[in-house]
Amino acid sequence: MKEVQTNELQKLLNSFANKDVYIHLETTNGAYATHFDEKVFNAGAFIRNAKIRYELAKIIEDSPHRVGLKMEHGWVYAQGITHYELDEQGRLLMAGLDYTGKLAVALEISETPFSY
Amino acid sequence: MSLQPQRQILVVFPHPDDEAFSSAGTIRLYRNAGVPVTYACLTLGEMGRNLGNPPFATRESLPEIRRKELKDACEVMGIEDLRMMGLRDKTVEFEDDEKMVKLVTDLIDELNPSLIFTFYPGYAVHPDHEATARAVMEAVRRMKPENRPTVYACAFANNTVAEIGEPNVVIDVSSVKQEKVKALQAHASQTAWMIEESTKRVEEGRPMSDSWLHYEKFYQYHFED
Repeated sequence: MKEVQTNELQKLLNSFANKDVYIHLETTNGAYATHFDEKVFNAGAFIRNAKIRYELAKIIEDSPHRVGLKMEHGWVYAQGITHYELDEQGRLLMAGLDYTGKLAVALEISETPFSY
Repeated sequence: MSLQPQRQILVVFPHPDDEAFSSAGTIRLYRNAGVPVTYACLTLGEMGRNLGNPPFATRESLPEIRRKELKDACEVMGIEDLRMMGLRDKTVEFEDDEKMVKLVTDLIDELNPSLIFTFYPGYAVHPDHEATARAVMEAVRRMKPENRPTVYACAFANNTVAEIGEPNVVIDVSSVKQEKVKALQAHASQTAWMIEESTKRVEEGRPMSDSWLHYEKFYQYHFED
């Protein structure tokens, strides 16, 4: 993955529009957040291989970036995106890596299902 | 305390590296004594957060990296029978409870272990650790008392010592400290960060005791009938 270049990432997001795609969306503080600091309210969400179709995708210039996908009946968005790549299987992998290199958020889009 | 003789050991943890932190030295000592060890590792740690910045991995490439690290760590520990059980990181607690018990029961039936290493339920912090511990303890609890293997359980929740006291099994692993360090280093995607943190602590004048590399501590789990 490399640091976000909004023009290039916007083009990649556009390339998946109006297609049935599988998404992976994840936010996390890590399972140990409360163990290391009891004041942390630990929350996160995870969905993998949800099949969606979006008509519009937008990445916002602010860094770390926000990425939103508009669907016929709703929305998907991720906040904190810093890195991305189109992997060798043609999947668009986006991630928000914090200052210590830990994943805080991930949004991935693929025309084929991700592994289990 | 000296090692109790064993016939066969079964290690059940959910994540590659759980074994290195908790019991690599003790496992190495038993392997040196010729005791067969089977390690059932439930997931590949697919949800590990450390990808680096700049990143060395993606969410999708991490599992293969950790599979290789796990194999390398097993080689260092002398584990010849590694079973990767194919569950997904952070989902173990959501699996069907009976399926989880059966997974452990099937391993026990096949291997007839005299000693099992796993986590201590209620004091294992990570939801996958807790779910693993519950499944192992339930599988063993259902056995006839005279047939039950000994279970060495790892506990590291902040309230552990206050509530269940000090570990009652303390193994001196000084003689295999290098192997324990190598097993930890094999899990580089997870431990490089930690080793860096330790270095930082030392630089800040807060040296970390390496006593945790000399002793591995467990609770021999007591089953109510």
